[in-house]
Amino acid sequence: MFDKLALLGFGPGGWGWALLQGAANTISVALATLPFGLALGLIIALWKRSDSILLRSLATIYTTVFRGVPELLTLYIIYFGIQVLVQKVWSGFSIPPFVAGMVALGMVLAAFSSEVWVGALNSIQKGQREAAAALGLSKAQAFRLVVFPQLIRVALPGLGNNWMVLLKETSLISVITLQDIMFIATRANVVTKEPFLFFGTAMLLYFFFSLVSAWGIGKLEQRTNRGFAAFGGATR
Amino acid sequence: MNWCEYPGYLIGSEVLQNYGCRMANGLWITFELVVLSVALGFALALGLAIARLYGPRWASLAIQGYTTFFRGTPLLCQLFLVYYGFGQFRLFWQDIGLWWFFREPFYCALFTFTINTAAYQAEILRGAIQSIPRGQFEGALALGLHRWATLRRVILPQAMILALRPLGNELIVMIKASAIASLVTLFDLMGATRLAFARSFDLSIYLYAALIYLVLTEIIRRVWDRIEIRLTRHMALR
Repeated sequence: MFDKLALLGFGPGGWGWALLQGAANTISVALATLPFGLALGLIIALWKRSDSILLRSLATIYTTVFRGVPELLTLYIIYFGIQVLVQKVWSGFSIPPFVAGMVALGMVLAAFSSEVWVGALNSIQKGQREAAAALGLSKAQAFRLVVFPQLIRVALPGLGNNWMVLLKETSLISVITLQDIMFIATRANVVTKEPFLFFGTAMLLYFFFSLVSAWGIGKLEQRTNRGFAAFGGATR
Repeated sequence: MNWCEYPGYLIGSEVLQNYGCRMANGLWITFELVVLSVALGFALALGLAIARLYGPRWASLAIQGYTTFFRGTPLLCQLFLVYYGFGQFRLFWQDIGLWWFFREPFYCALFTFTINTAAYQAEILRGAIQSIPRGQFEGALALGLHRWATLRRVILPQAMILALRPLGNELIVMIKASAIASLVTLFDLMGATRLAFARSFDLSIYLYAALIYLVLTEIIRRVWDRIEIRLTRHMALR
Protein backbone atom coordinates (compact mmCIF):
# COMPACT_ATOMS: atom_id res chain seq x y z
CA MET A 1 0.00 0.00 0.00
CA PHE A 2 2.63 2.55 1.06
CA ASP A 3 4.99 1.76 -1.79
CA LYS A 4 2.23 2.92 -4.11
CA LEU A 5 2.08 6.27 -2.36
CA ALA A 6 5.63 6.90 -3.60
CA LEU A 7 4.03 7.32 -7.02
CA LEU A 8 2.48 10.51 -5.71
CA GLY A 9 5.81 11.74 -4.33
CA PHE A 10 8.24 14.23 -5.77
CA GLY A 11 11.16 11.84 -6.16
CA PRO A 12 12.15 9.97 -9.32
CA GLY A 13 9.16 8.06 -10.71
CA GLY A 14 6.84 10.17 -8.60
CA TRP A 15 4.02 12.13 -10.18
CA GLY A 16 3.90 14.86 -7.53
CA TRP A 17 5.35 17.67 -9.62
CA ALA A 18 3.32 16.71 -12.67
CA LEU A 19 0.11 16.75 -10.62
CA LEU A 20 1.00 20.13 -9.12
CA GLN A 21 1.69 21.47 -12.59
CA GLY A 22 -1.68 20.08 -13.68
CA ALA A 23 -3.36 21.75 -10.72
CA ALA A 24 -1.72 25.05 -11.69
CA ASN A 25 -3.03 24.66 -15.24
CA THR A 26 -6.54 23.86 -13.99
CA ILE A 27 -6.55 26.97 -11.84
CA SER A 28 -5.09 29.22 -14.52
CA VAL A 29 -7.57 28.19 -17.18
CA ALA A 30 -10.45 28.69 -14.73
CA LEU A 31 -9.12 32.11 -13.65
CA ALA A 32 -8.52 33.15 -17.27
CA THR A 33 -12.06 32.14 -18.26
CA LEU A 34 -13.76 33.93 -15.38
CA PRO A 35 -13.35 37.63 -16.37
CA PHE A 36 -14.08 36.86 -20.03
CA GLY A 37 -17.22 34.88 -19.24
CA LEU A 38 -18.53 37.29 -16.62
CA ALA A 39 -17.98 40.37 -18.81
CA LEU A 40 -19.68 38.73 -21.79
CA GLY A 41 -22.48 37.60 -19.48
CA LEU A 42 -23.01 41.16 -18.26
CA ILE A 43 -23.18 42.45 -21.84
CA ILE A 44 -25.74 39.78 -22.68
CA ALA A 45 -27.73 40.66 -19.57
CA LEU A 46 -27.79 44.32 -20.66
CA TRP A 47 -28.95 43.21 -24.12
CA LYS A 48 -31.76 41.23 -22.53
CA ARG A 49 -33.03 44.38 -20.88
CA SER A 50 -32.45 46.67 -23.85
CA ASP A 51 -35.24 48.45 -25.75
CA SER A 52 -34.17 46.98 -29.07
CA ILE A 53 -36.07 43.83 -29.94
CA LEU A 54 -33.14 42.68 -32.07
CA LEU A 55 -30.69 42.75 -29.17
CA ARG A 56 -33.24 41.12 -26.87
CA SER A 57 -33.84 38.21 -29.23
CA LEU A 58 -30.12 37.80 -29.94
CA ALA A 59 -29.48 37.56 -26.21
CA THR A 60 -32.31 35.04 -25.75
CA ILE A 61 -31.05 32.87 -28.61
CA TYR A 62 -27.53 33.01 -27.19
CA THR A 63 -28.53 31.85 -23.72
CA THR A 64 -30.90 29.19 -25.04
CA VAL A 65 -28.20 27.70 -27.27
CA PHE A 66 -25.32 27.74 -24.80
CA ARG A 67 -27.41 26.55 -21.88
CA GLY A 68 -28.94 23.73 -23.91
CA VAL A 69 -25.89 22.20 -25.56
CA PRO A 70 -23.51 19.96 -23.57
CA GLU A 71 -20.29 21.72 -22.60
CA LEU A 72 -18.25 18.89 -24.07
CA LEU A 73 -19.92 19.39 -27.44
CA THR A 74 -19.42 23.17 -27.29
CA LEU A 75 -15.78 22.53 -26.54
CA TYR A 76 -15.37 20.24 -29.56
CA ILE A 77 -17.21 22.64 -31.87
CA ILE A 78 -15.07 25.59 -30.80
CA TYR A 79 -11.83 23.61 -30.86
CA PHE A 80 -12.29 21.91 -34.22
CA GLY A 81 -14.41 24.72 -35.67
CA ILE A 82 -11.89 27.50 -35.12
CA GLN A 83 -9.14 25.20 -36.31
CA VAL A 84 -10.92 24.35 -39.57
CA LEU A 85 -11.95 27.95 -40.22
CA VAL A 86 -8.49 29.44 -39.68
CA GLN A 87 -6.76 26.64 -41.56
CA LYS A 88 -8.59 27.78 -44.68
CA VAL A 89 -6.43 30.91 -44.73
CA TRP A 90 -3.39 29.65 -42.77
CA SER A 91 -2.84 25.95 -43.17
CA GLY A 92 -0.25 25.50 -40.43
CA PHE A 93 -2.55 26.82 -37.72
CA SER A 94 -3.47 24.88 -34.61
CA ILE A 95 -5.33 26.42 -31.72
CA PRO A 96 -3.82 25.96 -28.24
CA PRO A 97 -6.18 23.87 -26.07
CA PHE A 98 -5.91 26.54 -23.37
CA VAL A 99 -7.42 29.16 -25.66
CA ALA A 100 -10.09 26.84 -27.09
CA GLY A 101 -11.11 25.78 -23.57
CA MET A 102 -11.16 29.35 -22.36
CA VAL A 103 -13.36 30.50 -25.26
CA ALA A 104 -15.76 27.54 -25.05
CA LEU A 105 -16.21 27.53 -21.28
CA GLY A 106 -16.27 31.35 -21.27
CA MET A 107 -19.17 31.37 -23.70
CA VAL A 108 -21.07 28.83 -21.61
CA LEU A 109 -20.27 30.80 -18.44
CA ALA A 110 -21.56 33.95 -20.15
CA ALA A 111 -24.89 32.27 -20.86
CA PHE A 112 -25.33 31.10 -17.26
CA SER A 113 -23.98 34.23 -15.58
CA SER A 114 -26.18 36.47 -17.73
CA GLU A 115 -29.18 35.03 -15.86
CA VAL A 116 -27.56 35.98 -12.58
CA TRP A 117 -26.74 39.47 -13.86
CA VAL A 118 -30.33 39.98 -15.09
CA GLY A 119 -31.68 39.02 -11.67
CA ALA A 120 -29.28 41.42 -9.99
CA LEU A 121 -30.06 44.23 -12.45
CA ASN A 122 -33.76 43.78 -11.75
CA SER A 123 -33.14 44.21 -8.04
CA ILE A 124 -31.73 47.73 -8.52
CA GLN A 125 -34.61 50.12 -8.19
CA LYS A 126 -35.51 52.48 -10.98
CA GLY A 127 -35.10 55.43 -8.61
CA GLN A 128 -31.35 54.84 -8.51
CA ARG A 129 -31.00 55.51 -12.23
CA GLU A 130 -33.43 58.42 -12.08
CA ALA A 131 -31.53 60.00 -9.21
CA ALA A 132 -28.27 59.52 -11.10
CA ALA A 133 -29.82 61.18 -14.16
CA ALA A 134 -31.08 64.03 -11.97
CA LEU A 135 -27.53 64.54 -10.71
CA GLY A 136 -26.45 64.98 -14.33
CA LEU A 137 -24.70 61.64 -14.78
CA SER A 138 -24.69 60.17 -18.26
CA LYS A 139 -26.17 56.73 -18.78
CA ALA A 140 -22.73 55.12 -18.86
CA GLN A 141 -21.62 57.01 -15.74
CA ALA A 142 -24.80 56.02 -13.92
CA PHE A 143 -24.12 52.38 -14.71
CA ARG A 144 -20.45 52.52 -13.76
CA LEU A 145 -20.73 54.62 -10.61
CA VAL A 146 -24.20 53.88 -9.24
CA VAL A 147 -25.63 50.62 -10.57
CA PHE A 148 -22.58 48.39 -10.93
CA PRO A 149 -21.22 48.72 -7.36
CA GLN A 150 -24.63 47.69 -6.02
CA LEU A 151 -24.90 44.91 -8.55
CA ILE A 152 -21.92 42.99 -7.22
CA ARG A 153 -23.42 42.45 -3.79
CA VAL A 154 -26.65 40.98 -5.15
CA ALA A 155 -25.02 38.95 -7.91
CA LEU A 156 -22.21 37.47 -5.83
CA PRO A 157 -23.95 34.30 -4.54
CA GLY A 158 -25.07 33.39 -8.06
CA LEU A 159 -21.70 34.21 -9.59
CA GLY A 160 -20.04 32.16 -6.86
CA ASN A 161 -22.12 29.20 -8.01
CA ASN A 162 -21.07 29.86 -11.60
CA TRP A 163 -17.43 29.78 -10.50
CA MET A 164 -17.83 26.42 -8.76
CA VAL A 165 -19.45 24.95 -11.87
CA LEU A 166 -16.70 26.42 -14.06
CA LEU A 167 -13.95 24.99 -11.87
CA LYS A 168 -15.36 21.49 -12.30
CA GLU A 169 -16.03 21.95 -16.00
CA THR A 170 -12.38 22.73 -16.70
CA SER A 171 -11.77 18.99 -16.30
CA LEU A 172 -13.40 18.59 -19.74
CA ILE A 173 -10.60 20.56 -21.41
CA SER A 174 -8.32 17.59 -20.73
CA VAL A 175 -10.00 15.79 -23.65
CA ILE A 176 -8.53 18.34 -26.05
CA THR A 177 -5.12 17.77 -24.40
CA LEU A 178 -4.85 20.70 -22.00
CA GLN A 179 -2.44 19.35 -19.38
CA ASP A 180 -4.68 19.89 -16.37
CA ILE A 181 -5.24 17.63 -13.34
CA MET A 182 -7.42 15.20 -15.29
CA PHE A 183 -4.95 14.97 -18.15
CA ILE A 184 -2.02 14.21 -15.85
CA ALA A 185 -4.07 11.65 -13.91
CA THR A 186 -5.04 9.93 -17.15
CA ARG A 187 -1.44 9.85 -18.33
CA ALA A 188 -0.19 8.61 -14.97
CA ASN A 189 -2.80 5.85 -15.16
CA VAL A 190 -1.57 4.78 -18.59
CA VAL A 191 2.03 4.63 -17.35
CA THR A 192 1.58 3.11 -13.89
CA LYS A 193 -1.72 1.18 -14.18
CA GLU A 194 -2.89 2.64 -10.88
CA PRO A 195 -6.17 4.32 -11.88
CA PHE A 196 -7.73 4.29 -8.42
CA LEU A 197 -4.78 6.05 -6.85
CA PHE A 198 -4.48 8.76 -9.49
CA PHE A 199 -8.14 9.49 -10.17
CA GLY A 200 -8.71 9.44 -6.42
CA THR A 201 -5.92 11.97 -5.97
CA ALA A 202 -7.33 14.10 -8.78
CA MET A 203 -10.71 13.99 -7.07
CA LEU A 204 -9.19 15.14 -3.78
CA LEU A 205 -7.38 18.00 -5.54
CA TYR A 206 -10.64 19.21 -7.11
CA PHE A 207 -12.41 18.80 -3.80
CA PHE A 208 -9.74 20.88 -2.09
CA PHE A 209 -10.16 23.67 -4.65
CA SER A 210 -13.94 23.53 -4.24
CA LEU A 211 -13.66 23.85 -0.47
CA VAL A 212 -11.21 26.75 -0.75
CA SER A 213 -13.52 28.45 -3.28
CA ALA A 214 -16.57 28.00 -1.08
CA TRP A 215 -14.66 29.51 1.82
CA GLY A 216 -13.38 32.40 -0.28
CA ILE A 217 -16.81 33.15 -1.74
CA GLY A 218 -18.29 33.13 1.76
CA LYS A 219 -15.67 35.66 2.88
CA LEU A 220 -16.35 37.85 -0.16
CA GLU A 221 -20.08 37.75 0.50
CA GLN A 222 -19.50 38.75 4.09
CA ARG A 223 -17.39 41.65 2.92
CA THR A 224 -19.86 42.90 0.31
CA ASN A 225 -22.70 42.59 2.81
CA ARG A 226 -21.03 44.60 5.54
CA GLY A 227 -23.33 47.42 6.48
CA PHE A 228 -26.42 45.36 5.73
CA ALA A 229 -27.88 44.38 9.08
CA ALA A 230 -29.95 41.52 7.67
CA PHE A 231 -26.77 39.80 6.52
CA GLY A 232 -24.98 40.02 9.81
CA GLY A 233 -23.14 43.19 8.90
CA ALA A 234 -24.32 45.23 11.86
CA THR A 235 -23.55 42.62 14.48
CA ARG A 236 -19.96 42.11 13.46
CA MET B 1 -33.59 2.87 -46.53
CA ASN B 2 -34.06 2.87 -42.79
CA TRP B 3 -36.18 5.52 -41.13
CA CYS B 4 -33.15 6.92 -39.34
CA GLU B 5 -31.44 7.71 -42.62
CA TYR B 6 -34.26 9.97 -43.79
CA PRO B 7 -33.41 13.16 -41.86
CA GLY B 8 -29.93 13.25 -43.39
CA TYR B 9 -31.34 12.38 -46.80
CA LEU B 10 -33.98 15.09 -46.60
CA ILE B 11 -31.60 17.90 -45.70
CA GLY B 12 -29.00 16.55 -48.09
CA SER B 13 -26.31 15.83 -45.52
CA GLU B 14 -24.32 12.77 -46.45
CA VAL B 15 -22.66 12.37 -43.05
CA LEU B 16 -25.98 12.62 -41.20
CA GLN B 17 -27.49 10.07 -43.58
CA ASN B 18 -24.57 7.67 -43.09
CA TYR B 19 -24.49 7.95 -39.32
CA GLY B 20 -28.17 8.72 -38.68
CA CYS B 21 -28.91 5.23 -37.39
CA ARG B 22 -25.92 5.21 -35.05
CA MET B 23 -26.99 8.60 -33.72
CA ALA B 24 -30.57 7.41 -33.23
CA ASN B 25 -29.21 4.46 -31.25
CA GLY B 26 -26.99 6.85 -29.34
CA LEU B 27 -29.94 9.08 -28.54
CA TRP B 28 -31.74 6.07 -27.09
CA ILE B 29 -28.72 5.22 -24.89
CA THR B 30 -28.52 8.84 -23.72
CA PHE B 31 -32.24 8.70 -22.94
CA GLU B 32 -31.94 5.45 -20.98
CA LEU B 33 -28.92 6.68 -19.08
CA VAL B 34 -30.51 9.97 -18.07
CA VAL B 35 -33.99 8.67 -17.22
CA LEU B 36 -32.67 5.76 -15.17
CA SER B 37 -30.02 7.72 -13.31
CA VAL B 38 -32.31 10.66 -12.53
CA ALA B 39 -35.12 8.36 -11.36
CA LEU B 40 -32.83 6.17 -9.24
CA GLY B 41 -31.06 9.29 -8.00
CA PHE B 42 -34.38 10.78 -6.96
CA ALA B 43 -35.35 7.73 -4.93
CA LEU B 44 -31.94 7.76 -3.25
CA ALA B 45 -32.04 11.52 -2.69
CA LEU B 46 -35.44 11.38 -1.02
CA GLY B 47 -34.11 8.92 1.55
CA LEU B 48 -30.93 10.91 1.99
CA ALA B 49 -32.73 14.23 2.46
CA ILE B 50 -35.08 12.76 5.08
CA ALA B 51 -32.26 11.00 6.91
CA ARG B 52 -30.19 14.17 6.76
CA LEU B 53 -32.97 16.22 8.38
CA TYR B 54 -34.58 13.77 10.78
CA GLY B 55 -31.99 11.02 11.19
CA PRO B 56 -29.39 10.62 13.92
CA ARG B 57 -26.49 13.03 14.06
CA TRP B 58 -23.94 10.63 12.57
CA ALA B 59 -26.19 9.93 9.59
CA SER B 60 -26.76 13.60 9.08
CA LEU B 61 -23.02 14.30 9.12
CA ALA B 62 -22.23 11.41 6.81
CA ILE B 63 -24.84 12.55 4.28
CA GLN B 64 -23.56 16.10 4.49
CA GLY B 65 -20.07 14.82 3.70
CA TYR B 66 -21.39 12.75 0.81
CA THR B 67 -23.26 15.63 -0.81
CA THR B 68 -20.42 18.09 -0.32
CA PHE B 69 -17.88 15.69 -1.80
CA PHE B 70 -19.86 14.68 -4.87
CA ARG B 71 -20.99 18.23 -5.57
CA GLY B 72 -17.43 19.49 -5.16
CA THR B 73 -15.71 17.20 -7.66
CA PRO B 74 -16.10 16.95 -11.45
CA LEU B 75 -18.41 14.26 -12.80
CA LEU B 76 -15.74 13.32 -15.35
CA CYS B 77 -13.32 12.51 -12.53
CA GLN B 78 -15.94 10.45 -10.71
CA LEU B 79 -16.72 8.53 -13.88
CA PHE B 80 -13.06 7.73 -14.53
CA LEU B 81 -12.58 6.69 -10.93
CA VAL B 82 -15.46 4.22 -11.20
CA TYR B 83 -14.75 2.95 -14.71
CA TYR B 84 -10.96 2.68 -14.54
CA GLY B 85 -10.38 2.74 -10.79
CA PHE B 86 -12.96 0.17 -9.73
CA GLY B 87 -11.81 -2.09 -12.56
CA GLN B 88 -8.49 -2.34 -10.75
CA PHE B 89 -10.15 -4.45 -8.05
CA ARG B 90 -11.44 -6.99 -10.51
CA LEU B 91 -10.71 -9.98 -8.27
CA PHE B 92 -12.65 -8.43 -5.43
CA TRP B 93 -15.69 -7.74 -7.64
CA GLN B 94 -15.49 -11.26 -9.04
CA ASP B 95 -15.43 -12.64 -5.49
CA ILE B 96 -18.58 -10.84 -4.48
CA GLY B 97 -20.19 -11.44 -7.88
CA LEU B 98 -20.43 -7.83 -9.03
CA TRP B 99 -17.88 -7.90 -11.81
CA TRP B 100 -20.57 -8.06 -14.51
CA PHE B 101 -21.71 -4.67 -13.25
CA PHE B 102 -18.41 -2.78 -13.09
CA ARG B 103 -17.17 -4.35 -16.33
CA GLU B 104 -19.78 -2.61 -18.45
CA PRO B 105 -19.26 1.06 -19.31
CA PHE B 106 -23.03 1.55 -19.36
CA TYR B 107 -23.47 0.35 -15.78
CA CYS B 108 -20.43 2.32 -14.63
CA ALA B 109 -21.89 5.49 -16.16
CA LEU B 110 -25.31 4.71 -14.71
CA PHE B 111 -23.81 4.11 -11.27
CA THR B 112 -21.71 7.29 -11.34
CA PHE B 113 -24.52 9.49 -12.66
CA THR B 114 -26.93 8.10 -10.09
CA ILE B 115 -24.75 8.82 -7.08
CA ASN B 116 -23.81 12.21 -8.53
CA THR B 117 -27.35 13.37 -9.22
CA ALA B 118 -28.51 11.90 -5.89
CA ALA B 119 -26.14 14.29 -4.13
CA TYR B 120 -27.53 17.30 -6.00
CA GLN B 121 -31.15 16.20 -5.66
CA ALA B 122 -30.72 15.50 -1.95
CA GLU B 123 -29.63 19.11 -1.45
CA ILE B 124 -32.59 20.36 -3.52
CA LEU B 125 -35.05 18.27 -1.49
CA ARG B 126 -33.46 19.22 1.81
CA GLY B 127 -33.81 22.90 0.93
CA ALA B 128 -37.41 22.41 -0.13
CA ILE B 129 -38.36 20.49 3.02
CA GLN B 130 -36.61 23.02 5.22
CA SER B 131 -38.50 25.92 3.70
CA ILE B 132 -41.86 24.47 4.71
CA PRO B 133 -42.99 26.54 7.71
CA ARG B 134 -42.68 24.84 11.06
CA GLY B 135 -46.38 25.42 11.76
CA GLN B 136 -47.28 22.81 9.14
CA PHE B 137 -45.48 20.18 11.19
CA GLU B 138 -46.96 21.33 14.46
CA GLY B 139 -50.45 21.56 12.97
CA ALA B 140 -50.24 17.99 11.68
CA LEU B 141 -48.97 16.75 15.06
CA ALA B 142 -51.78 18.58 16.81
CA LEU B 143 -54.23 16.76 14.55
CA GLY B 144 -52.76 13.52 15.83
CA LEU B 145 -50.87 12.51 12.70
CA HIS B 146 -47.92 10.21 13.12
CA ARG B 147 -44.49 11.59 12.17
CA TRP B 148 -44.29 9.53 8.98
CA ALA B 149 -47.83 10.40 8.03
CA THR B 150 -47.06 14.07 8.59
CA LEU B 151 -44.03 13.85 6.36
CA ARG B 152 -45.77 11.89 3.63
CA ARG B 153 -49.12 13.66 3.55
CA VAL B 154 -48.37 17.19 4.68
CA ILE B 155 -44.71 18.13 4.29
CA LEU B 156 -43.56 16.29 1.16
CA PRO B 157 -46.44 17.31 -1.14
CA GLN B 158 -45.72 20.95 -0.38
CA ALA B 159 -41.96 20.50 -0.58
CA MET B 160 -42.22 18.78 -3.97
CA ILE B 161 -43.84 21.83 -5.49
CA LEU B 162 -40.97 23.98 -4.27
CA ALA B 163 -38.46 21.42 -5.52
CA LEU B 164 -40.07 21.10 -8.94
CA ARG B 165 -38.14 23.83 -10.72
CA PRO B 166 -34.66 22.96 -9.43
CA LEU B 167 -35.36 19.28 -10.13
CA GLY B 168 -36.21 20.18 -13.72
CA ASN B 169 -32.94 22.07 -13.97
CA GLU B 170 -31.11 19.05 -12.60
CA LEU B 171 -32.71 16.87 -15.28
CA ILE B 172 -31.44 19.23 -17.98
CA VAL B 173 -28.00 19.35 -16.36
CA MET B 174 -27.91 15.54 -16.43
CA ILE B 175 -28.86 15.38 -20.11
CA LYS B 176 -25.95 17.65 -20.90
CA ALA B 177 -23.59 15.90 -18.49
CA SER B 178 -24.44 12.50 -19.97
CA ALA B 179 -22.33 13.51 -22.98
CA ILE B 180 -19.19 12.65 -21.01
CA ALA B 181 -20.28 9.00 -20.95
CA SER B 182 -18.87 8.96 -24.49
CA LEU B 183 -15.39 9.26 -22.93
CA VAL B 184 -15.64 5.77 -21.42
CA THR B 185 -16.28 4.11 -24.81
CA LEU B 186 -20.05 4.37 -24.53
CA PHE B 187 -21.83 5.15 -27.81
CA ASP B 188 -24.46 7.53 -26.56
CA LEU B 189 -25.49 10.45 -28.78
CA MET B 190 -22.16 12.17 -28.16
CA GLY B 191 -20.22 8.94 -28.65
CA ALA B 192 -21.93 8.25 -31.99
CA THR B 193 -21.21 11.82 -33.05
CA ARG B 194 -17.54 11.52 -32.11
CA LEU B 195 -17.32 8.33 -34.11
CA ALA B 196 -18.98 9.97 -37.11
CA PHE B 197 -16.54 12.89 -36.93
CA ALA B 198 -13.50 10.67 -36.49
CA ARG B 199 -14.43 8.75 -39.64
CA SER B 200 -15.74 11.54 -41.85
CA PHE B 201 -13.90 14.67 -40.61
CA ASP B 202 -17.11 16.51 -41.34
CA LEU B 203 -17.55 19.14 -38.66
CA SER B 204 -21.23 19.65 -39.47
CA ILE B 205 -22.09 16.44 -37.61
CA TYR B 206 -21.21 18.19 -34.34
CA LEU B 207 -23.62 20.97 -35.22
CA TYR B 208 -26.41 18.46 -35.90
CA ALA B 209 -25.70 16.80 -32.55
CA ALA B 210 -25.80 20.22 -30.85
CA LEU B 211 -29.17 20.82 -32.48
CA ILE B 212 -30.51 17.48 -31.21
CA TYR B 213 -29.37 18.21 -27.65
CA LEU B 214 -30.81 21.69 -27.89
CA VAL B 215 -34.21 20.45 -29.06
CA LEU B 216 -34.16 17.81 -26.32
CA THR B 217 -33.42 20.29 -23.52
CA GLU B 218 -35.91 22.83 -24.90
CA ILE B 219 -38.69 20.22 -25.02
CA ILE B 220 -38.00 19.21 -21.44
CA ARG B 221 -37.88 22.81 -20.29
CA ARG B 222 -41.25 23.55 -21.88
CA VAL B 223 -42.89 20.35 -20.68
CA TRP B 224 -41.60 21.09 -17.19
CA ASP B 225 -43.08 24.60 -17.32
CA ARG B 226 -46.43 23.06 -18.23
CA ILE B 227 -46.21 20.55 -15.38
CA GLU B 228 -45.41 23.33 -12.96
CA ILE B 229 -48.36 25.45 -14.08
CA ARG B 230 -50.64 22.44 -13.79
CA LEU B 231 -49.42 21.41 -10.35
CA THR B 232 -49.58 24.90 -8.88
CA ARG B 233 -52.96 25.88 -10.29
CA HIS B 234 -54.53 25.74 -6.82
CA MET B 235 -52.11 28.34 -5.53
CA ALA B 236 -52.80 32.05 -5.46
CA LEU B 237 -51.32 34.53 -7.92
CA ARG B 238 -50.66 32.08 -10.73
